[in-house]
Amino acid sequence: MNWESIEEGATITHDIKKSPRTGDWRYMKPAVDKKTCIGCGQCFAPCPEACIDYDSERKADIDYDICKGCGVCATVCPQHAIKMTKNT
Amino acid sequence: MTLIVNKQLSSKLAPGHSTCAGCGIPAIARTVLGATDDPVVVVNVTGCLEVTSTLYPYSAWKVPWIHSAFENGGATAAGIDGAVKALKKKNRIPEDKKIKVVVFAGDGGTYDIGLQSLSGALERQHDFLYVCYDNEAYMNTGGQRSGATPYGADTETTPAGKKSFGKKEKRKDLMSIVIAHHLKYAAQANVAYLNDLKTKAKKALEMEGPRFLLVLQPCTNLWKFPTSQYVNIGRLATETNFWPLWEYFDGKYKINWATENPKPLEVFLKTQGRFKHLFKPGGEKVIAEMQKEVEENWKRLVNFVEV
Repeated sequence: MNWESIEEGATITHDIKKSPRTGDWRYMKPAVDKKTCIGCGQCFAPCPEACIDYDSERKADIDYDICKGCGVCATVCPQHAIKMTKNT
Repeated sequence: MTLIVNKQLSSKLAPGHSTCAGCGIPAIARTVLGATDDPVVVVNVTGCLEVTSTLYPYSAWKVPWIHSAFENGGATAAGIDGAVKALKKKNRIPEDKKIKVVVFAGDGGTYDIGLQSLSGALERQHDFLYVCYDNEAYMNTGGQRSGATPYGADTETTPAGKKSFGKKEKRKDLMSIVIAHHLKYAAQANVAYLNDLKTKAKKALEMEGPRFLLVLQPCTNLWKFPTSQYVNIGRLATETNFWPLWEYFDGKYKINWATENPKPLEVFLKTQGRFKHLFKPGGEKVIAEMQKEVEENWKRLVNFVEV
């Protein structure tokens, strides 16, 4: 028996639609003030979930299905355009 | 329900994984993997990143990924490197195709348990990049001390109390151990400086042979700070010279970030619950000792640069 005859291991195909909704974890909810946001994109990379992206007007937009509400985006925002409020 | 996660950032590691809120590890993985367009094979040593990104039956990885035990991250990477070379010889993979092997390991899997296989792989000059995210304890199992835990820190196995001030031993100087293997590139980075980390990852991924990156990763659970603060605390670690940013390339040392007036170490310690006991009476001695250690390490580093 050589390595070529070994069966392939279990394969998990990636499907984002089936991913767990980590938005359920949220205690504090970030809200972007679209007027003060200048669209610099500094909150994108430090976000542990990569759930912030530009909307159609080039302002930060948060995906609440996945956002865990850690508040890192609010601390790194140079314009203080992201405010944390209690999740309701 | 609309799903508009950042397509560019999540192209190799998807969101929906279960790292703690406010954890910087995914940012490290995304930044390092985002620094190359070549196909990558990820080896993931047991640790926070492994348990949180692959909860059965889900996987957050969109690239080929292998889980290996704590002690054999280096050996697994060496095996993949050998397999790629063998398949190229057999013409199963085109000769000019570049496949990058990237290992992600925590500080437990690097400083302590995985050190021998890392050492072996470095010594055999295998072609891989080893990224250690250093959160300074075994966080995946609940916060036991590791070789990376700093002097005076309160952890699960070195609790601070009436008779103890936390960990009594100084942290291991892993960078010196790694550089002693005559490798080409080694760098110390910080998750709070993602641009610096990206430059270093890019530099490292373009080279051949063993490369090493040590990245500081403030942990909200063990270091005990609010979830929103990992960037601020990471910055303080560098601004107090506790975690200088520097790289080693072809026998030369280079400091990437320096200030003339580093902040006193207390500013960094005060932000974290694991050093809370040092601010009670009797803790001044430990802080003075830590400050002395930081200054000595910085002086040694500066001497390396000038020589």
